[in-house]
Amino acid sequence: MANNDKEFLDERGSEESLEQKETAGLSQSQIVIRRFVRHRAAMTSLIVLSFIILFVFTAGGIQLGSEEAPFRIPGWWQWTITDIPDFQNDGAPTLDVFPAFIDGTGTQIGDHPFGQDTIGKDYFALVMRGAQQSITVMFVIGIVAAFIGTVLGAISGFFGKWVDQLIMRFTDLIITVPALIVGAVIGIQIGNLGVFMLALFLGLFTWTGLARLVRGEFLSLREREFVEAARVAGASNRRIIFKHILPNAMGVVIVSVSLLMSSAILLETGLSFLGFGVVAPDVSLGLLISQNQDSFTIYPWLFWWPGLFIVTIALCINFIGDGLRDAFDPRQKRRITRKDRLAAKAAKRAGA
Amino acid sequence: MVAYLARRIGAMLLILLGATFLIYNLTAISGDPLEDLRLSTEENAQYLIEQYTKDLQLDIPPPVRYFMWLQGVLGFLWGDFTLGVGLDGAPVLTSLSLAIPISIRLVITATILSIIIGISIGIVTALRQYSRFDYSVTFTAFLFYSLPIFWVAVLLKQFGAIGFNDWLMNPVIAPEWLFGLSLVSAIFWAGIIGGDKKRIAITGAVAFVSSGAVLYYISASGWLLTLGLGPVLITIMGFGVALGITQLSSGLSNRRVLAIALGMAVLTPVFYFVMQPVFTVEFDGAMMLLLAIATIGVGVGAGMLFGGDHRKAAARTAAIVAFINAGLIVLDRFMQSWPIYFNEVAYGRPIKTVGDSTLDLQADYWIMGIDTTVHLLLPTMALMLVSLAGYVRYSRASLLEVLNQDYIRTARAKGLNERTVIMRHAFRNSLIPLTTIMAFDFAGVLGGAIITEQVFAWRGMGTIFNQALGRVDLNGVMGVVLITSISALVFNLIADLIYSALDPRIRVTK
Repeated sequence: MANNDKEFLDERGSEESLEQKETAGLSQSQIVIRRFVRHRAAMTSLIVLSFIILFVFTAGGIQLGSEEAPFRIPGWWQWTITDIPDFQNDGAPTLDVFPAFIDGTGTQIGDHPFGQDTIGKDYFALVMRGAQQSITVMFVIGIVAAFIGTVLGAISGFFGKWVDQLIMRFTDLIITVPALIVGAVIGIQIGNLGVFMLALFLGLFTWTGLARLVRGEFLSLREREFVEAARVAGASNRRIIFKHILPNAMGVVIVSVSLLMSSAILLETGLSFLGFGVVAPDVSLGLLISQNQDSFTIYPWLFWWPGLFIVTIALCINFIGDGLRDAFDPRQKRRITRKDRLAAKAAKRAGA
Repeated sequence: MVAYLARRIGAMLLILLGATFLIYNLTAISGDPLEDLRLSTEENAQYLIEQYTKDLQLDIPPPVRYFMWLQGVLGFLWGDFTLGVGLDGAPVLTSLSLAIPISIRLVITATILSIIIGISIGIVTALRQYSRFDYSVTFTAFLFYSLPIFWVAVLLKQFGAIGFNDWLMNPVIAPEWLFGLSLVSAIFWAGIIGGDKKRIAITGAVAFVSSGAVLYYISASGWLLTLGLGPVLITIMGFGVALGITQLSSGLSNRRVLAIALGMAVLTPVFYFVMQPVFTVEFDGAMMLLLAIATIGVGVGAGMLFGGDHRKAAARTAAIVAFINAGLIVLDRFMQSWPIYFNEVAYGRPIKTVGDSTLDLQADYWIMGIDTTVHLLLPTMALMLVSLAGYVRYSRASLLEVLNQDYIRTARAKGLNERTVIMRHAFRNSLIPLTTIMAFDFAGVLGGAIITEQVFAWRGMGTIFNQALGRVDLNGVMGVVLITSISALVFNLIADLIYSALDPRIRVTK
């Protein structure tokens, strides 16, 4: 029994030294990156997402500007979203991932891996274009909302008093504006400018949650001793905000922006589904599902592919957000696995 | 406190004024309400345009027109309240009063269910942190969190309604399904109950065999076509409820509370036979409410009378047990009407994909109740799947946070058993941060669920808003916006007040 206790203590001791050794001599950002890299789900998601982005943007090519006068960089895929090739195989997907010994036919990609839509357009090209739109919306909303939310939240939390009151009441005002109305205004008034403008304007209305969080963080950080010290040393307000407080609030910002981005992709697809936001002839994943929801029984693939892309992208972003949250959380202890225990024991024995 | 409330309400009114002005003008520039008529080649198009322009004062610029709308809204001060007339010619107030009950019915069921289920799952995952169960629930929660609701809704329509109704023609569970579902149940229960390897194996085996047996019975007896629990099953379930609730609320070691709860369970079959003649065709909602109050009264009364030193705990436990058991009896009564509904109203296709009720259905309370339920089933599931995940994540995080607090260590150190520590000290405190999220969710209830309502063709608030926005019907849009923004602001205030009442460290009068 006593022996057991001793061993337990020893183990605890080595575990603590293990953890200290891990973070010794590393900067805050290095620790965060290390923790993030170790988060398996988040790293997998990051790799999958990067691959999807690369795949989607190279496949369909990049189209800038409006639908009427586009500037195009062609991609490697043979069809575009305006081509209407002849029907093959009744428009069913030609993609076959199972090799011959499972279902008798060999693995192949074929002319239309995702099938063709009801008028014969290549569905792979349409889904690639839709995914591009969704990813663009996601990043633009993320960047715009991150910028506005951080700036307003920081000013509000740092200066307090009437500035805080004014900004927070303005935030309340923006919260009450439904995203659907913003989508409708942009979709109808400037819809031809493409998805970029839509995202830009949606970003102007989605920063509210972030601003509140950043404000809360600033309210507590500005009371801390290091801010006091900086002020005594003669630092200006700007320097205190950007050099002393903001880096400490970065964790909250990054995590909440990643969650904002995952809700942004669902927002855009939802808007397009309802007929606001991205409007035909332009393509979006939500619009594809909306156009094909009634033909589910006959052409199920028209429904599965866009949904699959939405879910995968949103899932990746959510996992990355979760990994970032864990990485930035200072209370988050790394789980001591069996492997670590064995390593610590071995090291101890070698030392003794 | 009064000064704080006055200041908050004053600010709310100002925000409301600014927000409605902004939304009014945004909607106005989103399109032209007369676009259809302008493109129309009909002879009377020109006349109609003039008529609409005159009726809706479209010749006045929107910023000015807003104040005319505001005058109508402020009319409630001098008894002349109006929200104007929609493009379809009906007063907005009338369409809203028709739509609000429908939206509330749809969203409130889903919200309450996802709060209860989500928090329960969240607690279990927090107590089993870093177990396989925790990881799989976390993954599932993330997956549901990433699902677009319209996609889920279309899938549910396809498989939950069309597929399920087809299957009901010959409701036999295929062997592979029987095996698969039993396996899922085994993994689920083994994961929740946990313990060492032997215990996990036993739990899994028991769950596998019992759920397999239940499914086989359902399949072999065609139970889904007749439904019904019967007095025997209700009695057994009643005892189960009594044991379970006592375990959660005061622990089985508290003999007195246990005895009272079991007494409630003994009363259940008696109550069953007494109630059967009362549950007639004339039964209605008011009587149901009376019944619910009476049941709770019986429970509280029994607890107070016989509870001795544990009066409060006994009353609470007995009331919950009595309420759930009475619920089982009512459920059984609904199920008795199921064959009639199944054959004569639904013609063998009970799960509905469209609308909020069967048109022109004239029937008794029980049939109407079933009709509402089968219409609610799919949209509620769609809404729940999407919002459940949030509650699971939040309640898990919140409980983990609380479990790390010093007062939990104190509670354990002074020798309280684990049930008391979790249920009394940890769980209650972990609910505090969740109140804010719940308040926001309830604020959304009135606004309806735009996408879900559209997919399932419910004529609720979301549909009104969606259609009005599509037609640039300013009065229609503003009617919905007024309701949603007022409820958002009010619930926001309520959340702050509750928060400060629950957590004495936070003062509202800062």
